[in-house]
Amino acid sequence: MSLKSSLHNLKEKYKGTKMAPAFNALHTFLYLPNMTTENGTHIKAADDLKRTMNIVILALVPCLIFGMFNAGYQHYLALGDIESAKGFLGASFWTLDNLIIGAWTVLPLVAVSYGVGLGVEFLFAVIKGHEVEEGYLVTGMLVPLIVPVDIPLWMLATAVIFGVVIGKEVFGGTGMNILNPALTIRAFLFFAYPTWMSGDKVWVHGAVERAGTPDAISGETILGSFAQNQSVAYDYWDMFWGIIPGSVGETSKFLIIIGALILIFTKIGSWRIIASTLIGALSMGLIFNGVVDAGWITDTSKFYGLMSVPFWQHLIIGSILFGAVYMATDPVTASQTNKGKWIYGFLIGFLSIMIRVFNPAYPEGVFLAILLMNVFAPTIDHYVVQGNVKRRMKRLKVKTA
Amino acid sequence: MGLLSKKDAKLITDPLTDNNPITIQVLGICSALAITAELKASLVMGIAVLFVLGVGNVVISLMRNIIPSKIRIIVQLIVVASLVIIVDQVLKAYAFELSKTLSVFIGLIITNCIIMGRFEAFALGNGPWRSFLDGIGNALGYAVILIIVGFFRELLGSGSLFGFPVLGDAIEKTGVYSIGYENNGFMLMPPMALIIVGLIIWVQRSRNKDLIED
Repeated sequence: MSLKSSLHNLKEKYKGTKMAPAFNALHTFLYLPNMTTENGTHIKAADDLKRTMNIVILALVPCLIFGMFNAGYQHYLALGDIESAKGFLGASFWTLDNLIIGAWTVLPLVAVSYGVGLGVEFLFAVIKGHEVEEGYLVTGMLVPLIVPVDIPLWMLATAVIFGVVIGKEVFGGTGMNILNPALTIRAFLFFAYPTWMSGDKVWVHGAVERAGTPDAISGETILGSFAQNQSVAYDYWDMFWGIIPGSVGETSKFLIIIGALILIFTKIGSWRIIASTLIGALSMGLIFNGVVDAGWITDTSKFYGLMSVPFWQHLIIGSILFGAVYMATDPVTASQTNKGKWIYGFLIGFLSIMIRVFNPAYPEGVFLAILLMNVFAPTIDHYVVQGNVKRRMKRLKVKTA
Repeated sequence: MGLLSKKDAKLITDPLTDNNPITIQVLGICSALAITAELKASLVMGIAVLFVLGVGNVVISLMRNIIPSKIRIIVQLIVVASLVIIVDQVLKAYAFELSKTLSVFIGLIITNCIIMGRFEAFALGNGPWRSFLDGIGNALGYAVILIIVGFFRELLGSGSLFGFPVLGDAIEKTGVYSIGYENNGFMLMPPMALIIVGLIIWVQRSRNKDLIED
């Protein structure tokens, strides 16, 4: 008897028991279930939830691998062991040493994120007696990419439990959540342990342990430097290729764009949301540039550093692009209507840059803006739908009159 | 035959569990969110409400037959306000630091929905003794939730209880801090109090399915 058929037999055996959902989750992970639908016509489509999730993960893998190399690279660069890499294919970037230290720090984050998150999912599936849902697969991959590389693992585990339980399960599990769980996890970390989520010590592996010693190293993010009106040591190509300090997976704009193309091509990510987010960010950037040009804000102001950033550069500093591509497009928490998507995305971009500039304590406003708009997405949809209803009613009246 | 008849005892026990003013009636949330970052403040707030509601209920109950119904809200407000001023002055005199922590929220007991709610719903229609028990019961139900929330927020947020560092010293890195534990700053913010209240409601309703509304 093959493994496949013995699994099918086991499934029959455990049917109706408490552990059945946990077993089924592992079973369908390996093989197609041996079930056929029984009556009526059904839509046959290959893009089920699992496929959808897998494509997003596929689009995230380049960012993850790059994140590992970058973690090692920033570490050695800050220590002064290697030369700075010039450009994406720089000789000192894609080295085995970088990968080893990067994998050593990043893979535990991935393991904790998946282990704890799926553990909570399994627990809830068993308690509530439903099948384990695939929703956490993407969240689990996003979480390690949006945290600083040196975040202590127990903090990450606490945040994942909080994010999955409060952000998702209390609302009824996958597909019912109001807030993006990955961002809920990040928000929890940000407010609970701010010293580990911001400042100039957390973005480079090893910086925290060395703080205060003669070997101290620092790696301020570009946004952090701008917020303090300091000059930035990286040029635009560094920012675009992503060889800069930052959260694990959000630095490389190049790979995020590739991920975005995968998502748009497979129609899993909404291009409307991505485009409108970028438009929103650019227009807020233009407004700030206009304010600076008009002379209302001079270089004595604490907002000057970020306000005077040329508007297009807002897209390559910070994580607005990562947020727009992987976070804002989450089909559960985003607006559902096409017109709603434009409004939703535009406001995310608009507010991201606004928070970024006006609140130096939160230089990365993207996650706050997305969470805020997650809350408003159903309201936007409601008014879009009602607007449509009203328009058609009017048309009906004209016809009958 | 105990001290209280069964019916009277229910006035005290009900608000503690299945008719809790915070978790079931969802009243008095504002102060529950605002002042529960410290256990001591939660306890004092609980005692303050206990005093105001216990005495207030008796006063209103004694006057219930002479209060014209058209101006009863004003009369009730005056009673609460006088009692709250007493509490405020006592705190200022004997626990000034605490009074500063609680700041405006002692004054805001006046607007605590639980108090006006009990005056309206109970004291206006019942005798002084039963009103007293009802006031004590509801205030205790309020205080219990405040203390639970305050316990978790102070323990996880500041690593202390009643200001006493039970988890070790966060700066000197003793106790659990020596192995890398850190205080959860989110616990000190009001949103976390809302989440803890939510979790209490969750636990309570999963234990007693009758409480779940459709």
